Amino acid sequence: MTHDDTRTIRIGSGQGFWGDDLEAPVRQVHDGPLDYLMMDYLAEVTMSIMQKQRSRRPEAGFARDFPPLMERIFEACVEKGVRVVTNAGGVNPEGCGAELVEAGRAAGVAGKARVGVVTGDGLMDRLDDLLEAGHELRHMETGEPLSTVRDRVQSANAYIGAGPIVEALEAGADVVVTGRSTDTALTYAPMMYEFGWSPDDHHRLAHGVVAGHINECGAQASGGNALVDWWTMPSMERVGFPLIEAHPDGSFVVTKHDGTGGRVSRPVVTEQLLYEMGDPSDYITPDVVADLTGLELEEVGPDRVRVTGVRGQPATDFLKVSIAYSDGYKAVGTLVYAWPDAAAKARSAERILRARLDRLGLTFDEIRCELVGWNATHGHLAGSPPADIPEVQFRFAVRSRDRDAVERFTREIAPLVLTGPPSVTGFAGGRPRAQEIMAFWPALLRKEAVRPHLNVEILEV
Amino acid sequence: MPTIQLVDLAHARSGDKGDTANVGVIAYDPRDWELLRETLTEERVKDHFGEMVKGEVERYELPNLHALNFMLHGALGGGGTVSLMTDAQGKVFSTALLRMEVEVSDEVARRARGRGRVPAEFDPAAPVEP
Repeated sequence: MTHDDTRTIRIGSGQGFWGDDLEAPVRQVHDGPLDYLMMDYLAEVTMSIMQKQRSRRPEAGFARDFPPLMERIFEACVEKGVRVVTNAGGVNPEGCGAELVEAGRAAGVAGKARVGVVTGDGLMDRLDDLLEAGHELRHMETGEPLSTVRDRVQSANAYIGAGPIVEALEAGADVVVTGRSTDTALTYAPMMYEFGWSPDDHHRLAHGVVAGHINECGAQASGGNALVDWWTMPSMERVGFPLIEAHPDGSFVVTKHDGTGGRVSRPVVTEQLLYEMGDPSDYITPDVVADLTGLELEEVGPDRVRVTGVRGQPATDFLKVSIAYSDGYKAVGTLVYAWPDAAAKARSAERILRARLDRLGLTFDEIRCELVGWNATHGHLAGSPPADIPEVQFRFAVRSRDRDAVERFTREIAPLVLTGPPSVTGFAGGRPRAQEIMAFWPALLRKEAVRPHLNVEILEV
Repeated sequence: MPTIQLVDLAHARSGDKGDTANVGVIAYDPRDWELLRETLTEERVKDHFGEMVKGEVERYELPNLHALNFMLHGALGGGGTVSLMTDAQGKVFSTALLRMEVEVSDEVARRARGRGRVPAEFDPAAPVEP
């Protein structure tokens, strides 16, 4: 591998979450030049859903949309030399890799492609060993040790960095499938590989992290969900997903394919930079700590924003761990009240329902009533409901450790239609469903407890 | 001094981390960045949200982006999966902050009023061409 200092590597975003626009990766591959396609499938809640699916069916537990998607684009990727990096593997990267090989054969790339499978982020099987060895996995906010909820843990994974992805790319993988890699590593691992960055290239790596932060939410960086002048956002029906033109010095340009909809501008990119931001001088990843406070954005052409000025500090000795544990049940019931006096009717319904739950002797950890159309999103900041409000949706939610209490609640919404305030409708959806709550337990784990378990396997299609 | 809503001075984006919502506030016009810095103190923002934010408000500055980032602790009813809120992931705390009334000079009021709202002539049924 040569490291030519003038090269540009194009890393496109294809999915911002599991359930994102299925056509976006297809457009990224076909609508213009591209070297890498990154696809982020994992949110915190996704891992516990996948763990549940796998416990029912051992071959499940990954983003099952991904292999069929690859079947559509595999041939084009191989022909154009587009390599794919994704965390679609969820809690079963091996299973995902096996299906991917099948998808490749169906797509006609047998003998022409390799799949790299990264494993070792899963901690579920060795959680007790870790606890016994003195890793307490204390909750990052409350400080409580994991032992307090150990028997209710459903999934546990370490957020791993770019190392194994780079290794898979070095081994010639055309598609790299990981489990709980960080979202940002999917974008900066190809930069490390292509430009030969070392783990000590902190400033360059920190730029890569910011590029990853921009790519990881899909079209949110190219005009989707952007508040600034949203009514002027062009051709959103064929929105172009963001792509990063990366340079060996770390600087990069955010852009999208010519002729696609949406917009890549300074204000749009700024909005995405601030999404889920904490302390901007202390953006922690497994590979580097990035400082965004000196970051500069410059519009260097239509739909082209150049990013410079990110600083990096050495990474910490820890990986973040995402643990999901069962934490009771919840249910949400809704009804719609119509004019006249819609809000007054809904508030009466709230009082009546609370009193009925009380009389039934049911106790809940929390009860919350919102009137959608008035105060559901902005609370008291919405002021008083307009006297002539045409309608409101009554949204009543409960949460409890006691499943029976939540189940009983689900039978109390329908009766309100005939036993409460008038002009009520909108119960076509049926009885609310009691849902098990998967709560999150963020913790830190020393890197050496994970590193020896990381593994890269290369499969021939 | 005239009063305008923050929505005409800044745009915003929010997200979540556990039970904390963040709101990034970005000045439309770099000339208003100092005004935002002076006006949007942690105390003022905490006051604005009142009972909606149970914990502390922390503020960070991103001067090159003419932006402020607020962390609103204890805002999401326990966070993501536990929360009973419609906005369990804090997606629209951004616009809730933009409801704030801000005192500005006549000049700023004239320049900014209406900046953040959809123009009357906008037709949602018409395609938007580049």
